[in-house]
Order: sequence, then structure tokens, then C-alpha cells
Amino acid sequence: MGNILVLAEHRQGVLRDVSFEMMAVAPKLADQMGAEVVALLIGSEMDGLAQKMAAYGVKVLVVDDPLFKDFNADKYQKVLSALIDDLKPAVLMTGHTAQGVDFMPALAVEKKLPLVADAVSLEFAGGVLKATRQLYSGKANAVMAFKPAETYLLTFREGTVEAPDASAGGSVEKLDSPLKEDLSYRKFVGYVEAEVGDVDITQSEILVAVGRGLKEDKNLPLIEELAKAIKADIAGSRAATDAGWIPHDRQVGTSGKAVKPKLYIAMGISGAFQHVAGMKGAKTVVAINKDPEAPIFAVADYAIVDDMFKVVPKLTEKLKELKG
Amino acid sequence: MKMFVCIKYVPDTSEAEVKVNPDGVSVDSSRFSFDINDADNYAVEESVLIKEANEGDITVLSIGPKQSDVMIRMAMAKGCDRAVRIEDERIAGYDPLMVAKVLGGAVKGQEFDLVLTGCMASDDWHMTTGVALAEELGVNHVSMVKKVEILDGKKVKAYRELEGGLMEVVEVELPVVLTIQTGINEPRYAPIRGIREAQKKELKVANLDDLGIDAAEVNADASLVVLEQLYIPQVESSAEFIEGEPDVKAEKLASILVKGGLV
Repeated sequence: MGNILVLAEHRQGVLRDVSFEMMAVAPKLADQMGAEVVALLIGSEMDGLAQKMAAYGVKVLVVDDPLFKDFNADKYQKVLSALIDDLKPAVLMTGHTAQGVDFMPALAVEKKLPLVADAVSLEFAGGVLKATRQLYSGKANAVMAFKPAETYLLTFREGTVEAPDASAGGSVEKLDSPLKEDLSYRKFVGYVEAEVGDVDITQSEILVAVGRGLKEDKNLPLIEELAKAIKADIAGSRAATDAGWIPHDRQVGTSGKAVKPKLYIAMGISGAFQHVAGMKGAKTVVAINKDPEAPIFAVADYAIVDDMFKVVPKLTEKLKELKG
Repeated sequence: MKMFVCIKYVPDTSEAEVKVNPDGVSVDSSRFSFDINDADNYAVEESVLIKEANEGDITVLSIGPKQSDVMIRMAMAKGCDRAVRIEDERIAGYDPLMVAKVLGGAVKGQEFDLVLTGCMASDDWHMTTGVALAEELGVNHVSMVKKVEILDGKKVKAYRELEGGLMEVVEVELPVVLTIQTGINEPRYAPIRGIREAQKKELKVANLDDLGIDAAEVNADASLVVLEQLYIPQVESSAEFIEGEPDVKAEKLASILVKGGLV
């Protein structure tokens, strides 16, 4: 049986959390499959990052070449395609991230290999690899079974498991780059940093956050008044920022900010994992949502199942009264 | 600029209870309301914006039931020119690689500059179909696009949205598949005149045979994965649920927050 090859993700010289998290997932799967975990790094000047991955007690393969200075889906696909032929891994796993989703589907089609995207747990039993993934914003789970294949392709969701403690006994091995010249169709131009707004919500002590349940921007004053009463800053889910109700720099979640207030009041937010990933650092979470099945309640400390428009005015009034 | 835009008819489950059917591999969708996938709605708008700025022609592609014709007509009312709705129960719709193969089969043999689609379907969250479709068509792609600039009618400068709000800017030559992220534009409402005109635009219904696609390449046998089981996960909430009429709930919460020193 081939190895479990885990592509360690990095950006701007820093390993991404998902790289470490996969070091918790892959060894369990390796035990079940009777395989070994091997980490893979593709980049330029990777020595430092390679040592960090090796600290998890695994062999680290490194494709280190100036050609890979910046992430490029096309080049990654070409390298991984060649490495699948050479190394014949049993599993190739990447993060389900803006990087992973940019090349894994194309790689699967090119190599005629099965892919399960956005897995949240994995199991190998009775000779069959199964991956569980979520549907309908987490309201249903699907168990996907792979049909037998030379290599199984997986993208694993970030923030699903805790990264393990580093161990010892790892090693680093450099590979010849399968890509000798820049034949890429894609040209990397640069990064554009996120816009900076008037309030840095990552520093806020209290946040009131709204989602799709706000319905329209004319309902914003209701939230503003609540925020004012408890000296909170206002934030929003992706739905609220996409709709233009809340500025983009106040978006909480995977593609926005990770916040850590003492109190987080989520109103009309269903709590899809992309949002929860950004607010799980909050100390106390209050959730108000009229859908009793909303996943936000799984991370709440205090929950109200009701229409936010029926609850918030009275809540504001009472808070003003009690705080005098 | 010759364009295709691929859209999906999805259920709104944000406030609905999801129940698994006795077959264990499908959900009871009888009480869901369906509409265009959120990200696909932005893809339609982006295609219309590109058409308005560069001239062009847009064909809508969708795999779905007759009921989705309303959604397709709405895209045409906004400015898309024609549509093909693919309906064939042999397609393994749970596997985005099979879906990409069907869409690829419907596009192949026709000239195009751009194929746009949403970067993710709100029902199954794969984020896979668009990038797989590009490989099926043998063309370039850029995924999770939050801003598009067409350069000299030959190249695309695309801004990809990464984690934390960072953008990665890349340039690729046409033809290209772009998977569109929500928030890239402000989807318009269909104008009344557009809605009237859309009724006269061509909406072709096709099955796999009509498209010259071999069903044996896109059905559950061809798929390399099996949807083995669907189940409703137990939501383990340790939250204190505050009960009562809305006013009572509000008062209770206010006193918890104040007494607990949280505000």
C-alpha cells in the first residue's frame, strides 16, 4: 500500500493551520490503512517550513524551486500529477481551502481519480475508504465511499480538528522538481491585502453580529440601537456583507476576520461552519434565530429560538433600563 | 465575448427542517422552496455586466427539473440570450465530477471565451464543479473570483478571494472558466421588459442522448464514489435555551447579560 501524502499548505512564508490539523487526521487513517504519513511541501526556500512539518514525526518531501515562489494552481497540478505517477500514494490529501479547491478537481479529472471534497472525517474499514461531509449548511451529513482506486483524492475542511502536539523523528528529503520551466498558463500578479475599516472587530470586547435574517438594510437601526446600549461594535456574516448591509472589513468568518470578544450576539445567523470558524474564539455566545435547527445553537451559551425582530427591541429597552 | 453561465436550482434550507427519505440517500424536498444558487446568481450578473461592457452572447446551462424553468427565464430576463436545460435522471448528480462531465459535454464543440459559474453550491458545498469543468474542456480556470477585468478582449485579470480577506491577483488568457464568489457585484432585479422578452428566448430541453453524451460515462456506475448514506447529525448544544413569549425571552436575556457582568 502506498503512503498518505499530505500537502502542507503555506502562504506568504507561513504554514497554514490546516497543514497541522491534517497531522491529526492522517496518522489515524494511516493506522487503519497500514500506511505511512508523508508530508509534501511545494514552494521556494522551504527549509524552515520543512523542519516545522518534520517536527510532527513524519517524512517531509520538498519540491523547492524558485518556480514555486508564489502559489499557482496550474503548477501545483503539474507537480502533483507527476508525483502521483512516481510515488503512487494511496491518498493525496490537501486542505479544503482557497488553494486546495483551485487545483484538486482539475487534478481528479486529469488523472481519472476519485475525489471527495470538504471531508470532515475519514475512516478506512473493510478495505473501503469513507469520507463524511456536510450538506445543507450542516443540517445533513453524507457518507461517501470511494470505489477502489490507485490513489484517493481528498480535501479536508480547515478548523475541524485540533492540531496535535509536535513529536520527534521526522526527516526531510528534497525531490527533483518535475517542472523544469515555467509552462504555466497562469501568471501570478500579486496579493491585495484586505481593506482596513474604521473599527477593528478583532479587538472588540462586545460584538453584535447580523446575518441573512436581517432581511434588508432598513432594519439596521434596530441593531445599531442595541449595539449602542451595550457599547458593542457591529459585525456581520458573509450574507450580510455580500448584501452591502455591513462593511466588508466587519465580516466574521473564514473569508473575513477571526474575532475573540467577551460577548458575541449572533442574530439571524444560521451558523454555517465558515462563520463559526471566525467566532469560536468568543468567550460567551448568544444566538437568536427563528430556526430551531440552526447550527449556530451548537456553539451558543444562551439561545433564543424566535424572530429577532420580536426580541431585539425589547432586549434593547430592558438592557438600557437595567444598565440605567 | 461568447459566454456560458452554469447555474443550479437549489433548495433554501436555511429555515427548513431537513429529513432523510427512507431510501437513506435522498432528502425529502417536498416542503423546500427552490431558487437559483446564491453564487450562480452573482455569476449570471457578472456575465451580463461583461456582455454590457464588451458586447457578447450568453447561453445559460442548467441541469434540473422542469420547475427550474422559472429560474432560467429569470436569468434570460436579466440579459442572457438562450438556455439549455439538461434533464436526465441517469446523471449521478451527487458527484460533481460527473456533473462537470455533463456540462462539459454540453459546451464541447462550441466556441466560447468565458464560462462562468458560482464557486460553490449552497446545498452540497463541494466547490468542485467549475474547476473540474475547466479540465473537461481543456481550458484555463480561476476559482473563487471576487473581481474580473477583461484585458484587450484576450486576457482576464482575476482577483481570487483567499482566507482572511486577502486577494490573489492572477492573469490568464481566454478561453477560461471562472468560478464566481458571492459579493462580486450587486445582482439586479429583472426588468419588466426583460421578463416579457425572456418568454420569447430559446429554452431548449435536452437529455444526454440529445447532447451526444454517453450515459455510461456520467451515471452512478461511472462515478468513482458512492453516496452511501445520508443522516441528520445530532446537534449537541450545551446552550441554555431561554423560553417564553418574545418579550419574556428578551427580558430574561437582558438580566442574564447584566447580572453576569457580560455587558
